[in-house]
Amino acid sequence: MNDNIWVLMTGDSVALATTLILAALGALFTERSGVLNLGVEGVLLTSAISSFIAADSSGSVWIGLIVGSLAGALLAGIHAVLAVVLRANQIVSGLALVIFGTGLANYLGKPYEGKTISVKLTDLTFGPLTDIPLLGPILFEQDIITYLAVLAAVVSSLYLFRTRPGLEVRATGDDPATVDAQGLMVSTIRIRYTLFGGLVMGLGGSWLMLAESAAWHQAATTNGVGWIALALVVFASWRPIRLVIGAVSFGFTLQLPYTLQAENITFIPQAFLQMVPYVATLISLIALSRPGSTNALGAPKSLGIPFVRDER
Amino acid sequence: MTSSAHEGAQGPHHASGAAPVALEAIGIVKRFPGVLANDDVNFDIQTGEVHTLLGENGAGKSTLASMLCGLYQPDAGRILRNGVPIELPSPRAGLQHGIAMVHQHFRLVDRFTVAENVVLGSRDLSFKLNRRELNDAVAAVADTYGLPVDPTATVGDLSVGQRQRVEIVKALYQGAEILLLDEPTAVLVPAEVEKLFENVHAMTQTGKSVVFISHKLGEVARISDRVTVLRNGCVTGHVASKGQADAKELARLMVGRDIDLAAQRASHPIGHEVLQIRDVNLTMNGVNVLSNISFNVHEGEMVGIAGVAGNGQRELADVIAGLLSPTSGTISIGGAMSTDRGPIAARELGLAYVPEDRLGVGLVPSMSILDNLLLTRDRNIVVDRASVMPEATRLIDEFEIKANGPEHMARKLSGGNAQKVLLARELSGGRTATKLLVVCSPTRGLDVGAIETVRRLLDDARSAGQAILLISEDLDEIMSLADRVLVIYRGAIVHETPGETASLEKVGAAMAGLTQGSA
Repeated sequence: MNDNIWVLMTGDSVALATTLILAALGALFTERSGVLNLGVEGVLLTSAISSFIAADSSGSVWIGLIVGSLAGALLAGIHAVLAVVLRANQIVSGLALVIFGTGLANYLGKPYEGKTISVKLTDLTFGPLTDIPLLGPILFEQDIITYLAVLAAVVSSLYLFRTRPGLEVRATGDDPATVDAQGLMVSTIRIRYTLFGGLVMGLGGSWLMLAESAAWHQAATTNGVGWIALALVVFASWRPIRLVIGAVSFGFTLQLPYTLQAENITFIPQAFLQMVPYVATLISLIALSRPGSTNALGAPKSLGIPFVRDER
Repeated sequence: MTSSAHEGAQGPHHASGAAPVALEAIGIVKRFPGVLANDDVNFDIQTGEVHTLLGENGAGKSTLASMLCGLYQPDAGRILRNGVPIELPSPRAGLQHGIAMVHQHFRLVDRFTVAENVVLGSRDLSFKLNRRELNDAVAAVADTYGLPVDPTATVGDLSVGQRQRVEIVKALYQGAEILLLDEPTAVLVPAEVEKLFENVHAMTQTGKSVVFISHKLGEVARISDRVTVLRNGCVTGHVASKGQADAKELARLMVGRDIDLAAQRASHPIGHEVLQIRDVNLTMNGVNVLSNISFNVHEGEMVGIAGVAGNGQRELADVIAGLLSPTSGTISIGGAMSTDRGPIAARELGLAYVPEDRLGVGLVPSMSILDNLLLTRDRNIVVDRASVMPEATRLIDEFEIKANGPEHMARKLSGGNAQKVLLARELSGGRTATKLLVVCSPTRGLDVGAIETVRRLLDDARSAGQAILLISEDLDEIMSLADRVLVIYRGAIVHETPGETASLEKVGAAMAGLTQGSA
């Protein structure tokens, strides 16, 4: 019963969604503070290879996860310096981060190309719960980071909408001049959330490496998940709970072509199915890059606009 | 009259001195690149008074206020709170000393509720937000000062007057003892201004001090206990007015010369019809924006269109300018049909258009004055700047535009100077001599000196025989300039009267839609 391919597939979708949730959550926090970090893909790759190297040489997945997350924060720190401190164009800086992150990961990963990691993040088991038909393998056969990711989304939602710092970060993304007039430091808030966003993205990248891939295949390791994460934030209207739902559906569409292939269902050419998540990403990124249109979607009003106190 | 003005006064030390001085600024100097915004300014505010900072745009009022609330740091000078020297490195520090500023451009997050906006940045806010408690606390502060606001309303849905109230409640909630109100009436309709003045009185009654920043003489004379006048960054006078300062005297201190804003009418008999509008209707997105509009404007005549914003004025102007096509009806300029022929055809028939949005529609902000002039002149493929240069220099001189020269970028002009550039371009004629001038809110946001100039320019154009359609929300302006006043309400002309004999009451009632039909 539990071997039903569709059940397995949904379980895999939830698993794949973990990277998406973490990467998108990182982007969401960054964007909520008004900073647009398009470099998610680069951050994911760098953190993935960092976690690979750290886990492989230390023999501990936990060290891998920590190093990978820190690598993500470090890379986001470059964006913070460029975009917040130096007030550079955030789109250019973000794209530069993709190129830099990808190059750095390929350079660091050269000796590990195609290698399989010696340790792997294992799924938690909940004894009898896992044996529940249908829901068992979907809900109770995941690793701890997957559960953490979903929990993190719920906590993030509470944080953003029910706490004082949440109020402040949302205000910073919408209207930094207001926040500044209240004597809060816009730059500090933006740097903090850009770094934190990078940390969360880094955790996503590390998880992708240590639980999903297990082998380093350069850019194929992430396969554009970073771009999908950016699109996901738009789909979710910058709300963490919707983001989880979106991530699972994206995970499902990413998984679908392989499942159909395995089932020998071929009436839709596989190439078309593989395109779906990327086409959806393309559309929402176009929506994101059009000023004005994002307002209706619920984007932070000052997203991507550097804050300069209005001196003459 | 207890007014005592002394030009070039050095200190704020005056005889009255009954109430203690709550805040004092001594010898304040502030420089911005290329501008001396404040030059040795002295200013003080007593507990429970309304002290006005009066001056034209760019006189340094907002700069001074920004230093008093901690937004800018002075380059020299001292600030004393209750006689004790203080440092204000940030607005937060200002708040800690009980000083808060209500900015001209509201510092509110549109998507937040009133209560969220009020408590944003407040230090003693707990980590976890308890919305009900916050709403109650905000409502309590609002009630104390008679400022009715709904704490649960979303700020983006509120009117401008209500938003301003939220700003004031925010300042009071954060414990402000001294409120700096930066041009608070600039955005308000007359009824809201009255309400604001009541609130200001309620606040001063409870021992709050209010610094009122304005360039509107009538209001200043009414509300102020004392007035400090700034010109070009210097204090030009302190006037103790107790609510009855002499507006003429204030104007002289502010501008440095006597100002004349008296009514002006057509001095010559009016000539032929230049603009003819016949049964114009306009439907946009299924809404009737203009319905059955018909009127004429003659040579040497100024027709004023009065109305509350959003009643179809902008669309009417755009229809005449050829930017919008009417759903039905005809427009002719100088006897030739211009309907549906687009903006270039309208201009070739002698139309000049000064739109409401100076730097968005009127001028290209990132281009120089010269290039902006070229837009309506040269239509050759190769731009010939040299040929227009002498004219640009002449216009800058003639229209008294404060700029470094024809290469000065439009964006870097003040509102008044940008408007003068626009008027210079439109009035001086492009490829065709101007026959019809359509102007929208020409003096909005300008200071008294610039308003006087703009009005004189419009009057000169009328005397020169141009037909002028003046569309404005400033009723005073229409009443003192127009030869004929039309009132637009919900896209229809609901009232018409000669400017000379127009009654403010009747026109005001028609603007509000209370008309017995005399279209």
